[in-house]
Amino acid sequence: MKKEGVILIAEDDEGHFELIKRSLQRAGVCNEILRFADGRETLDFLFVRGDGPKREHDKEYLLLLDIRMPKIDGVEVLEKVKKDPELKKIPVVMLTTTDDPRMIERCHNLGCSVYIVKPVEYQDFEEAVRKIGLLLSVVEVPQIDGMPRTKGVVK
Amino acid sequence: MNKDAVILIAEDDAGHVELVKRNLWRSCVENDILQFKDGQEILDFLLKRVDKAKHDGRGCYLLLLDIRMPKVDGGEVLRRIKEDKELRKIPVIVLTTTDKVSEVDRFYEMGCSFYMIKPADYNKFMEAVENLGAFLSLEGVRVPYIDEVGACSINCSRS
Repeated sequence: MKKEGVILIAEDDEGHFELIKRSLQRAGVCNEILRFADGRETLDFLFVRGDGPKREHDKEYLLLLDIRMPKIDGVEVLEKVKKDPELKKIPVVMLTTTDDPRMIERCHNLGCSVYIVKPVEYQDFEEAVRKIGLLLSVVEVPQIDGMPRTKGVVK
Repeated sequence: MNKDAVILIAEDDAGHVELVKRNLWRSCVENDILQFKDGQEILDFLLKRVDKAKHDGRGCYLLLLDIRMPKVDGGEVLRRIKEDKELRKIPVIVLTTTDKVSEVDRFYEMGCSFYMIKPADYNKFMEAVENLGAFLSLEGVRVPYIDEVGACSINCSRS
């Protein structure tokens, strides 16, 4: 991932967010990191609407997505992103405490890049995120241009 | 990654296959690895389930896919996998020397999980695969099961 690329972290637990951010930085990831506290904030950003920060054109994004979040959960975010012909190119890494084969299957069906269960132990969690960082340092991520082609409206 | 997941490598360059395998092992990836020398072989395995591994009706896989291969190229392989309602669940990591931006775009559009460029420099290539291996060796990475019965009914009809 190029250094101009932005890592989006959708995570309602602030402690988890801080840990993820710190561990990524420790792995040498120096990309800009943005946090979204729920699914709605994430979708508003990606679909360029609402009052919060908005996605910029022709930038690279990668999304780390929690599942259990208030307002709109991660599965619905994933579904909306992967249904949009432009946004679907964004790699989405599920990072969740939910360790359920049906959920793993569902998210892969919807098109997540990879599904990772958060380790319970603090140090293991740090180590896991560090290794996610190592992966991010060697993969290419596509630029997302222009407006989303769908509205991604939530019922 | 779940211990029962099998890593499939579709790569025509035998030297690259060895390097990838060796560096995955070095990163403590303990999963079984199967190799395929062109796009046709990997499709035969996935679509017709040529008995290269023991199946019990369910399997879980992760595919490392080269783009430039004889017979069927990586783009066609990815397209066929992601069109199949069962096989589409398989995470596909593209591992290629092709560094065209348009290809990165096209492969993500088709649904690859990640796109990795093989560095021309040998040591950097080793390091990149080691990083990939470090990630795949994570206990928390979960790969879904693919139902082997009734999958790919459309694709199999093509000879």
